[in-house]
Amino acid sequence: MEKENEMSIVARITAAVVLIPVLIFGLYIVIHGHLTPGGGFPGGAVMATGVVMFLVVFGNLKGINDQLFILLESIGLIGFALLAFLGLPKGFFNNFLANTNGIFGMSVGFGTNPGYLNTGGVIPLMNMAVGLEVFAALSLIVFIMFKR
Amino acid sequence: MLKKIFKLMTLTVVFGYILVMVMHTHPFGKPSYTDMDDYFIQNGQEETGSNNIVTSIVFDYRGMDTLGEASVLFAAASGVALAFLEVRNGKRK
Repeated sequence: MEKENEMSIVARITAAVVLIPVLIFGLYIVIHGHLTPGGGFPGGAVMATGVVMFLVVFGNLKGINDQLFILLESIGLIGFALLAFLGLPKGFFNNFLANTNGIFGMSVGFGTNPGYLNTGGVIPLMNMAVGLEVFAALSLIVFIMFKR
Repeated sequence: MLKKIFKLMTLTVVFGYILVMVMHTHPFGKPSYTDMDDYFIQNGQEETGSNNIVTSIVFDYRGMDTLGEASVLFAAASGVALAFLEVRNGKRK
């Protein structure tokens, strides 16, 4: 009863079990980019790997077409550039959220600390934008080549 | 025969030059000027609020570079999409 392009039941079950942890690990790398090694590029690549695994094992992504990936990619890049332009009164790529005690604005002193998520100014937001863009771009490349 | 000797001589000269250059580099981990590195290490954490100095440099001090990288990735994905969509729609054989 296997459709074409679909792998065996063992591979399908394994991929379904592993997919969610892979995506969550990618999200973790993206969101903790300003605290631990990692960031938008590696995290997006990890998430794209999950999508590629799903695509290879199941043969297609039901209900998802390439327009969605193109949209996400564009949103990521535009968001990144927009965040850069938002700091323009003081300068291009000015970190206008850091040390304001607002969102992502907790101040951090020099030296070691436990690593607070609410720090970094615009850096976490930029990490998220870049992560979205990398995820969508790499997924789009594989998806569009796979569907041919 | 002359050609072979000439090739061998060229190879020897190039490798000798590279060897001399490698021997004259400063030791690993001891750069000549460290003003900029010291500034980032001392002030990067307080200025950007980010524990990860590498991220603070990549996304804050040198954000233009990252913007270029993201644009390159976007252009690559767009190019692949354009080429493969044209093939699939039968515009180009």
